[in-house]
Amino acid sequence: MTEFGLRLAISLTQIAAVMGIVVITVLILTLAERKVLGWMQDRMGPMEVGPYGILQPFADAIKLFFKEDIIPAGANKFLFTMAPILCLIPTFIGFAVIPWGPNWTFEIGGISVKPFIISDINIGILYILAFASLAAYGIILGGWASNSKYSLLGGLRSAAQIISYELNVGLSIVGVLLLAGSLSLVKITDAQAGGFWNWFLFALPAPQIFAFVVYVISTVAETNRVPFDLPEAESELVAGFFTEYSGLRFAFFFLAEYANMMLVSCVAAALFLGGWNAPYPGTILALVGLPSFAWVENTMWFAVKTYSFLFLFFWLRATLPRLRYDQLMRFGWKVMLPIALGNIVVTSIAVFIYQQMK
Amino acid sequence: MSLVFFGYFGGMVAITSMLVVALRNPVYSALSLLVMLFHVAGLFVILHAEFLAAVQVIVYAGAILVLYLFVVMLLNVKEDDRYHSQWRIAAVVCVPLVIESIVLLSGGAGSTGHDSRSLESGPHGGIAADNTLAIGKTLFTTYLFPFEVASLVLLVAMIGAIVLAKRDFSESREL
Repeated sequence: MTEFGLRLAISLTQIAAVMGIVVITVLILTLAERKVLGWMQDRMGPMEVGPYGILQPFADAIKLFFKEDIIPAGANKFLFTMAPILCLIPTFIGFAVIPWGPNWTFEIGGISVKPFIISDINIGILYILAFASLAAYGIILGGWASNSKYSLLGGLRSAAQIISYELNVGLSIVGVLLLAGSLSLVKITDAQAGGFWNWFLFALPAPQIFAFVVYVISTVAETNRVPFDLPEAESELVAGFFTEYSGLRFAFFFLAEYANMMLVSCVAAALFLGGWNAPYPGTILALVGLPSFAWVENTMWFAVKTYSFLFLFFWLRATLPRLRYDQLMRFGWKVMLPIALGNIVVTSIAVFIYQQMK
Repeated sequence: MSLVFFGYFGGMVAITSMLVVALRNPVYSALSLLVMLFHVAGLFVILHAEFLAAVQVIVYAGAILVLYLFVVMLLNVKEDDRYHSQWRIAAVVCVPLVIESIVLLSGGAGSTGHDSRSLESGPHGGIAADNTLAIGKTLFTTYLFPFEVASLVLLVAMIGAIVLAKRDFSESREL
């Protein structure tokens, strides 16, 4: 039983570390979004709290924490309370299979530990898709339980949108799975080692450029971000599914949205951009004689890729106006879906020919 | 250990599936169906069929049940409208079910009590390594014909659904 206890302790430590990273990243993101938007619109962004406004996220968190928590009189209290939690948990669970660094193992007291991933399961990417699809429940139930027409419409819109675009996310990933021959994120990342020309975005025999574009657009839609933020379109629906939410429950929805953005960015980095692999073969730290510190360089590359992807979200928000609802649906089903399906056909043929030639 | 998990998942599946039909609020029924689907996925994980578990959650919990909820919320069913006295049909369905379970529990034909090889030893060891690969290979070699027939039937059903929905739509617009 001591072995079980030790394993539990290691897992809990890893989970706590990953949770910490996610929450800190979300805090940084809330500030970064306002700053980036500010610069793009030629203004300063938040400047009051701390030097250059860097303590703004803490001020926001304290404000939300102490706000009055209102439950509308006609609301379904149980579901109204459950919805933000249902939204948050699936997103956080997904981080369990993200490889943050090299696929190392070392032994502690007879157990092999992988320091950079909580759980290396052989269906990693399906696991993420499965839990990502559950985030829709939080939004729909939150909209329905509020007992308000704006919330309900926002929730229903979100349901239709998430289902439509989730399909495209799943299909755009299939090409990568065909190239890697595995569903495990660790194996997929390992297959992209040795320079940026091996990343699945550019890799022969079938570069996944179209799949990447479909993935980016669909994830923006799936996380309800501008230009696909119809579930919370303020000019039509006040604030969509969280119109009636305030205080801590609103903070949960907010946290879930940003954590979800981070999750899809991590998946994009791992699937298309080589994960923790540097864009050149090997690592510089290993070359200068510090191979035991190479993981620092690798995790930094993962962070760089993830943050560049997150920057794209802010960039899109500052640039594009919102789509109309029918345009959104037509775009998803009549443009994105055929591209994703075509990519699967082309990739399978290319992989087949490549294997025959070998 | 696995027996404890089986007990938990099996018990929850039984309880929540009863709640699906017993609860008065249709939204709660849909939610207990969601919990049930999750625990069925848990049963798959115990049997080392992780791929099936993930597909179960993605397809049923992630897509189909969301559409159920969608419809339930749009229709806004009154709680009483859902209940009709259908106990005669229920009785007719129940009789064979009760007979089946009696036969199974008493160890008659079809029972796996004595012959539990399929779960314990069987091809289990080989499949557990990468059951996604195993499922793919089996589908595209042994069961290729049924697989293709099933996909054709699904395609026809899909086209049928689109044709029916489209016709309705254009007629209502002409009116």
